[in-house]
Amino acid sequence: MTEVTYLEALRQGLWEEMERDDRVFILGEDVGLYGGAFKVTEGFTKRFGEQRVIDTPISEAAIVGAAAGAAHMGLRPVAEMQFIDFISCAYDMLTNYVATARYRAGLATPLVVRGPCGGYVRGGPFHSQNPEAAFFHTPGLKIVYPATARDAKGLIKAAIRDDDPVLYLEHKWLYRRVKEQLPEGEEIVTPIGEARLAREGKDLSIVTYGATLWKSLEAAEQLEQEDGVAAEVLDLRTLLPLDDAAIVRSVKKTNKVLIVHEDTRTGGVAGEITARINEQAFEWLDGPIMRVTAHDVPLPYAPTLEDFVLPQTEDIVKAARWLAAY
Amino acid sequence: MTSRPVPTTHSRPLPAGLTREQLLEIYRYLRLTRTLEERLTALYRQSKVIGGLFRSLGQEGESVASAYALERGPHRDILSPLIRNLGSMLVMGAQPLEILRQYMAKAGSPTRGRELNVHFNDLERGFLGQISHLGDMIPVMAGITLTFKLRGEWRVGLVYIGDGGTSTGTFHEGLNFAAVQRCPLVVIAEYNRWAYSTPPEKQFAVKDLAEKAKGYGISAGTVDGNDVLAVYEATKAAVARARGGGGVQFIEVKTYRRKGHAEHDDQHYVPQEELDWWAKQNDPVDRYVKQLLQHEWTEERDLTEIDERVRVEIDQATDACVNEPLPQPETTLPGVYASPPAAERLWFRSL
Repeated sequence: MTEVTYLEALRQGLWEEMERDDRVFILGEDVGLYGGAFKVTEGFTKRFGEQRVIDTPISEAAIVGAAAGAAHMGLRPVAEMQFIDFISCAYDMLTNYVATARYRAGLATPLVVRGPCGGYVRGGPFHSQNPEAAFFHTPGLKIVYPATARDAKGLIKAAIRDDDPVLYLEHKWLYRRVKEQLPEGEEIVTPIGEARLAREGKDLSIVTYGATLWKSLEAAEQLEQEDGVAAEVLDLRTLLPLDDAAIVRSVKKTNKVLIVHEDTRTGGVAGEITARINEQAFEWLDGPIMRVTAHDVPLPYAPTLEDFVLPQTEDIVKAARWLAAY
Repeated sequence: MTSRPVPTTHSRPLPAGLTREQLLEIYRYLRLTRTLEERLTALYRQSKVIGGLFRSLGQEGESVASAYALERGPHRDILSPLIRNLGSMLVMGAQPLEILRQYMAKAGSPTRGRELNVHFNDLERGFLGQISHLGDMIPVMAGITLTFKLRGEWRVGLVYIGDGGTSTGTFHEGLNFAAVQRCPLVVIAEYNRWAYSTPPEKQFAVKDLAEKAKGYGISAGTVDGNDVLAVYEATKAAVARARGGGGVQFIEVKTYRRKGHAEHDDQHYVPQEELDWWAKQNDPVDRYVKQLLQHEWTEERDLTEIDERVRVEIDQATDACVNEPLPQPETTLPGVYASPPAAERLWFRSL
């Protein structure tokens, strides 16, 4: 076992897939000799050469479009968005071209688009976004969002091996904060579409993903210590397709649900989860399904403002207390 | 009975390195394109075409001639056509039956009723269907030709873009990306005067589309798009340069869209005398026929024989599919993903 960070685990997963399958290649801005803005691909050019680690112009639409063309031809491109905020520049290419290709035209497009997401880092409105809701509505795409080092590795490997296009959302606040003992020499592949029970509990379920998994776990610990409330925490890991079965299983056990995400509230993933619980487990509920999310504003820069906008551990504790008492 | 001239004795040398059979094959594709579209117009008027109908009348020459310059056959060159490049798809081996089924949304169409008109593909035969977002096929074809380059395959890609399409961001991003990567890609930019109802002077401030390509370090030229042999020769040379490692090539073809954007468009914004001039003085098929006959590369009889064979082919294709069924509703659910295999059938449909 070796202790590795979330970032190192992602890097290992990419590296292992590049070693395993010569169809895999990386393209993106500054990914080559520079090694990427966060050094995810550091050392890759030296090992795999410029043909498999391609520095591109600042052109997200061209990066994704070219990845799609290469994927049609049998390659397995991994496209990096330097910050995930810039994926919106490739929105058309992803939603109109890539996502529809198999359905409308029978074209296999096995590509991965990955990039650093999320706030809590004082990045301001354009280096802190969580783009999942914009793509969650698009049939044909898959979306994974690892919260642990193990899943950072396991999901990048699964995404690369998947025959469908996958958005791999990685949280930059977790890059070097989260560490985990990972076995050496054992292959880690996290199945796409399966949530993970991160903490067992009986009093209420906290359904979450990404950075707020850690805030939810902190909150659950505090609730246990201070209130004797046993909160269950479900880490979704994959957002599209959602693991309905795991969500419903937890609802039937605790009968109360708090959904937590870092993304803004309106039109967020929590709304869809709420609707599915309503459809599939309405009679099991002993309280309203509640949400803790970011406020509906662009993410501001100043620490005082950002901390107010984003969900904090204390918010989750308060919301869970309210729900437990309902 | 008068004797007919013998082609080999008085005729001019054959042009552009083409054989007499190839010259006639090009003619066949021109005629096939036009006759097929005329048939589609008839079917449209009978309400048998489900959606819109987009004609390439007056532009068939550049579509056919540019595609004809590619290497065809299983896993050879690949092109990506737009709505007015039916001719290029036929050259690559798309069948009239497939086109008819697509327009009529038949269950047996290449996309099983999921997509419209010429929006379908067969990468083995060498055509990749467009999506409606103009410009998007440039980055995709950049990726396809990047793959040729990475694998060391001697293959070339060709992509069409209209004058209006050159205003899109993906056109510029794709062109720049492909230029930097020196992808073996040939871009055919069709200056056909109309982007729906918008004329060039409201679309861009350059005179020629070729000027745009030069800004990306791409060699670019302009040819008469209604001169079939000129387009063929220019494309042939560009394809050879691309195949030889010369990077992206850009050819602007000056042509003219003689019909409305689609059949519903009455073209009231176009002066009638302009349409008449292009129809009478600058039709690509008429010009090509004139060349073939004037230079005695072929005889009228050969051309009328082809016309008749094409007519029979289109008749047979129409008869074969016009009464075919539309797809069964529930065939719509599978195939969004490789896995899961089908979308969920929603609960209210079981009530």
